[in-house]
Amino acid sequence: MSSSADSSSWPLWEVFIRGSRGLSHVHAGSLHAPDATMAIRNARDLYTRRNEGTSVWVVPAEAIMASDPDSKGGYFESAQGKSYRHATYYTQSEGVKHL
Amino acid sequence: MSPQNHQHAPLRLADEADAAAARDEAESGQHRFDEIIADDSRIEPRDWMPESYRKSLVRQVSQHAHSEIIGMQPEGNWISRAPSLKRKAILMAKVQDEAGHGLYLYSAAETLGTPREDMYDQLYSGKAKYSSIFNYPARTWADVGAIGWLVDGAAIVNQVPLCRASYGPYGRAMVRICKEESFHQRQGWEILYSLSHGTQEQREMAQAAVDRFYGPALQMFGPPDGDSPNSQQSMAWNIKRFTNDELRQRFVDMIVPQVEALGLTLPDPELKWNEERGHYDFAELDWDEFFAVIKGNGPLSRQRLEHYRSARDEGAWVREAAVAYANRVSQEQDRDQAALIGA
Amino acid sequence: MSFASHDSATRQSQGEAITAEEIAASGATADEATARYALILGDDALMLSQRLGAWVSRAPELEEDVALANIALDLLGHARFLLTYAGTAWGKSEDDLAYFREEEEFRSCRLVEQENGDFGKTIARQLIFSFYQHELYSRLVHSTDATLAAIAEKALKEVDYHQDHAAQWVLRLGLGTEESSRRMQAGLDSVWSYVEELFTDVEPITELGDVAVLPSTLREPTLNRLHQVIEQADLSVPDMSGAHGADRSGRHSEQRGFILAEMQVLARRHPGATW
Repeated sequence: MSSSADSSSWPLWEVFIRGSRGLSHVHAGSLHAPDATMAIRNARDLYTRRNEGTSVWVVPAEAIMASDPDSKGGYFESAQGKSYRHATYYTQSEGVKHL
Repeated sequence: MSPQNHQHAPLRLADEADAAAARDEAESGQHRFDEIIADDSRIEPRDWMPESYRKSLVRQVSQHAHSEIIGMQPEGNWISRAPSLKRKAILMAKVQDEAGHGLYLYSAAETLGTPREDMYDQLYSGKAKYSSIFNYPARTWADVGAIGWLVDGAAIVNQVPLCRASYGPYGRAMVRICKEESFHQRQGWEILYSLSHGTQEQREMAQAAVDRFYGPALQMFGPPDGDSPNSQQSMAWNIKRFTNDELRQRFVDMIVPQVEALGLTLPDPELKWNEERGHYDFAELDWDEFFAVIKGNGPLSRQRLEHYRSARDEGAWVREAAVAYANRVSQEQDRDQAALIGA
Repeated sequence: MSFASHDSATRQSQGEAITAEEIAASGATADEATARYALILGDDALMLSQRLGAWVSRAPELEEDVALANIALDLLGHARFLLTYAGTAWGKSEDDLAYFREEEEFRSCRLVEQENGDFGKTIARQLIFSFYQHELYSRLVHSTDATLAAIAEKALKEVDYHQDHAAQWVLRLGLGTEESSRRMQAGLDSVWSYVEELFTDVEPITELGDVAVLPSTLREPTLNRLHQVIEQADLSVPDMSGAHGADRSGRHSEQRGFILAEMQVLARRHPGATW
C-alpha cells in the first residue's frame, strides 16, 4: 500500500544547530521523526555530516508560536524611528576616547 | 421555514462579510507581495502569496526533491561495485547527500502547506515528474563519473541562481545544497580523469559515458525557451533568474574547456566557438526523446518507480512501529503524570 | 564558488581524525601476526559496510537512508584503516587486500556476511555487532600497538553511535506493533547462531598478548548488555547454541562468495588499473 496512512507518518521537527562553542543555536532546517529521541539522532545524521555543529536542539514544529506576518504592518513599527536607542545617534562625543 | 433555512440567513450574512474581508486581505496581500518581489526581497512561509505562486513553487520544489530521491538509484547501484575503497566511500557519501538534499527540499515545500506524505504519494502513484536524466541507466563505472561531472554540473549551474529564489525556504535549502554539492561535480570529473589517463579500455569507457550523458545533461535545463510555458511567470516572480536556454548556454561554455582538460570530446560535430556571440554554438538536441522520457517512457522509468515503491512498501511496518512506540511512550508518561497528581 | 552566508548552521569543516592515507604515510609497519589480526577486524568492518551500503535508497524512511549510510561510511573507514595497516606487513595496499584476495583468504565472521533481510534482521545484526565492537574497541584503545590503539580510539566514538542507533530501533520494533515485534524477534532468531563465533579465540590473537583483545574475554560483558536491551524490548534472547563450522579460518558462510563476486568484479576486470 501507499504511504499516506496516518498510522505510519512521522511528525515534523525543527532543527537548531550550535555551530561551535560560544555561538547561539541557529535554525538549520527540519526533518521528520517518530519521537524526540529519534529526532535528535536524525538531526545529527542529517545536519552535521560536515562538522556543522557541536549541539543540536529539536522542537516539534507545531510547538512553535510565530508573530503575525507583516502584511498588516504595525507589529514592528514601534522600533522604527527611535534612533536614540543606537550609539551612532550620539555624535558630540566624537574624538573623545573610550566613549 | 425549516429550521435549516432559518439558520441559513445569518450565516449568509457572515459569509458575505468574510468574503469581503478575504477580498480586502487578498488585495492588500497582493500589493504587499508585489512590493516584496519588486524590491527583490524574500517571501516567507506565513506571508500572503498568490495561490498560483504557491502552487507553482510546490510543483517546482517537489519535482526537485523527487529528482534527488530517484537520482540516488543510478549511482547507488554502483556503491557495491566501486573499484576502490576510496571511490566507494566517496560515492556512498555522495548518494547519501542526495537523500539529504531531497529532505531539505521536501522541507522547503512543506512550509508551503503540502505535507511530505502527499508529495511521496504523488511520486509513488507516478503522477509526479522528476528530472528525466535519472531514467537513463548507469551501465559502467564511467557513467558514475559522467553523472557527477555532467549531471551534477548541470544541476549546479541551475541551482546557483536558485539560491536567490524569492521564496526564502527554497533559497536557503539551495544554499545548503550548493555548498554540499561542490564536491559532487569534482569527484565525477576526477573519476573521468583517472579513466581517460588509464588503460585504453578505461579511456574508451570514459568517452562512451560522456557520449551517452552529454545530450540528456543538456536537456536537464528544460525545453527551449519557446516551449517552456511556466518560465516567464517563474522569472517574473524571481523564482527563476535565467531562462532555460541561457543556463544551457552557460553550461556548454563551461564544459568545453573541462572536456579538453580530460582529453575527451563532446559528441557534437557542430560544436564550435562563435566569436560574434562570444559563446559556443551547439547542435539542436533530440527533443522528441526528451518529451517521451518526461512522459514516463525513459529506458528505466518503470524500474526507478518500482524500486521507489518497493522501498516505501517494505518500510511501512517500520514507520508504523515507530509511531506506535511513540504513542505508547507518551501514554505511559501521561499515566505517570496522572498518578503523580493523584498522589 | 562563494555564498554570502553568515549562517553558522551551514559552516563546514573537515575535522581532525586519523585517515587511511595518514596510516600509509606514517611509516608504521605491522608485523605478520599483528597484520593478520588487523585483517580479522578489517574484514568484519568491510563486509558489514558492504551489506549496509545496499540499504541506501531502500530504507524505511529518508532519514533512515541517511543514518544507515553514515554507519556504513564509518565502517568502511575502519576497514580502510585496518586493511591499510595490515598491508604494511606485505607491501600491499588496502585495495590489493580488498579486491584481490580470494574468498578463502578473508577472515570475516559469518554474522557480518548474513544477508540484509528485512529491517528487523538488519537491526538484529547491527545490535549484536555494534555491541561486540564497542566492547572490543573500548579495550583495544589500550593496545600496545600504537596504530591499532589510534584506530580503536577513532572507531570507538563512532561505534558508540552505532550501538545507540541499533538499541533505539530494537526498542521501537520490539514494543511497536505486533508485526514489528514478530519481525524483530525473527531477525534475532535468524542471526543469533552466529554470535558465538565472535568470541572464539583464534590464532593469531592468542599469540599477540597486549597487542590484541582476546575475544573470549568480550563474551560476558557483550552478552549481558545484549540481554538487557532485548529484554527491555520485550523480546526473548534466542535459545540456541552457536552454529558449528567456522572459526575465521576460511570456513566461511555461503554468502561471502556472492558479496565478493559483486564487490570485486570491476577491479578484477582491469588488474593494475588506477581509478
